[in-house]
Amino acid sequence: MGKTFHRPEALADTITHYCPGCTHGVAHRLVAEVIDELGIRGRTVGIAPVGCAVLMYNYFTLDFQEAAHGRAPAMATGMKRVRPDLIVFTYQGDGDLASIGMGEIVHAANRGEKFTTIFINNAVYGMTGGQMAPTTMPGQRTTTSPLGREPSVVGMPIRMAELLASLATPGYIARQTLISPKYINRAKKAIKKAFTYQMENRCYSFVELVSTCPTNWGMTPVDALSWVEEKMLPYYNLGEFKTPEDE
Amino acid sequence: MSKVLMKGNEAIGEAAIRAGALNYFAYPITPQSEVAEYLSGRMPEVGGVFLQGESEVAVSYMIFGAAACGERVFTTSSSPGISLMSEGISYIAAGECPCVFVNIMRGGPGLGGILPSQADYFQATKGGGHGDYRLLVMAPASVQEAVEMVMASFALAEKYRNPVMILGDGLIGQMMEPVEFPEHLKVEPSNKDDWATNGMDTRKSNKRNLVKTLYLDPEQLNAHNLKLKAKYERMRREEVRYEPYNIEGEYRVLIVSYGTMSRVCRTAIDHLKEEGLEVGMIRPQNLFPFPGKAILDAAAKESCEAVLSIEMSMGQMVEDVERSVIGKRPVHWYGKCGGEVPTPEDVMDEVKKLLG
Repeated sequence: MGKTFHRPEALADTITHYCPGCTHGVAHRLVAEVIDELGIRGRTVGIAPVGCAVLMYNYFTLDFQEAAHGRAPAMATGMKRVRPDLIVFTYQGDGDLASIGMGEIVHAANRGEKFTTIFINNAVYGMTGGQMAPTTMPGQRTTTSPLGREPSVVGMPIRMAELLASLATPGYIARQTLISPKYINRAKKAIKKAFTYQMENRCYSFVELVSTCPTNWGMTPVDALSWVEEKMLPYYNLGEFKTPEDE
Repeated sequence: MSKVLMKGNEAIGEAAIRAGALNYFAYPITPQSEVAEYLSGRMPEVGGVFLQGESEVAVSYMIFGAAACGERVFTTSSSPGISLMSEGISYIAAGECPCVFVNIMRGGPGLGGILPSQADYFQATKGGGHGDYRLLVMAPASVQEAVEMVMASFALAEKYRNPVMILGDGLIGQMMEPVEFPEHLKVEPSNKDDWATNGMDTRKSNKRNLVKTLYLDPEQLNAHNLKLKAKYERMRREEVRYEPYNIEGEYRVLIVSYGTMSRVCRTAIDHLKEEGLEVGMIRPQNLFPFPGKAILDAAAKESCEAVLSIEMSMGQMVEDVERSVIGKRPVHWYGKCGGEVPTPEDVMDEVKKLLG
């Protein structure tokens, strides 16, 4: 009987620095599986963010650039414009993408840049130690919202998928989560679609992954999964918000 | 090739194309928006890339992404825009990616004005962005020299794997002069296989390339900075460029001036000569590396009583002049930076005032 489960070629044989229960590892694996299945490792360039995934280039076996905080979509734009034959993806967290990089992501999506974004939404700044993010839930305690996020002071969480789907430019915009195998399968399908649209030179593609951060949430990994289901998913609805076929 | 009459900003755009730089990202800002306007039509003609970014910040990272792929790429902007790009410039220097930034300077600080200035000398030569990095800074004094510097800059950027800045003032961008584009200045792009992130398929080896700027290990970061420093030291050895004027004989004052301002000084020196007063000049063509030794040698001449740094700023280059002259002669500054270019008469008066 052959081996049915193995490490994707696009994933390095190494130990990651991610905390126990963090979903970055699952997200990395899904991206690597898709790159393998599409046979594009040799012409793919990833762009690492500033955030917990800054060192992700150590976990992939392909060319990588490392961006400044929030600027990955601008770098991806530069790459795709001068080398449209490359497959380019950015991998960004919520502080990176929805706060400091809001300008870059909106304009890249609106120009219909032909690259793919994997957006990790875990409702908190991870690497800097659990500060409030634009995606932090109302009432959620963080190190900079110790009494809980107060919408009357700092507004409601930003729903990036819906925001980008509102642009008139065609695109593929989806949100999935990684809290159980059922959802992980759906997430992989969305990621594969996103890369496929890029390979077809169709449109900008964006997959938001509602993720966990047990360390900064102060929860066990299992509780963190439940918290996503109970608190985040009612606000961050899953599904495809836009496909290029819509136009 | 025959000469054509071109506006500086358009000539700069054309020069980059002639040098084989077919990728341009930019954001509009006076007084250099003509570069983007010119290239928005010209790049498609030559099969190149033109993209207007959403901000100067984004543009600097479009440059980074494209440069990290190993493609020849450049942008043009003006002072406040360069401030915004300085974050990206720091990352690009740290990531060792070759590219060219053109700054057609306007008056500052803040919004300042839209008229010519040289008030970004510190920003260009001392940093601008954070960390220990340097740019090779070239300062043209005519449209023709701007063309030649732009054409040469891409090969220099690749030689050092470092951004090059063309530091022109608003007049260089706005005035029209006859120019030609010397064919010999076009240099074929260097081989970037060992570092460019352009996909593993492009290389014979299965080594993957990584462009990054994060070094969490203090020893590694120190080693990285030492490597960068060695490049800047090599620039100091190999890229000092200056033009001496009227320093063969005796002179009582040595002027140090660059860009458009140096042309005014040249006229003033000619007029003073007619009046029997000899003044010499060193015009730095590259501001980093700075021609400190040439200035010291010229200042140390027996007849030279004082050194005068003349610049369209409130006194920036004068600090490097003082550092070069190391107290051997008194060093003075003269300049204006509201957008008005000092006249030859202003310069003549200043020289005479200096000599009492």
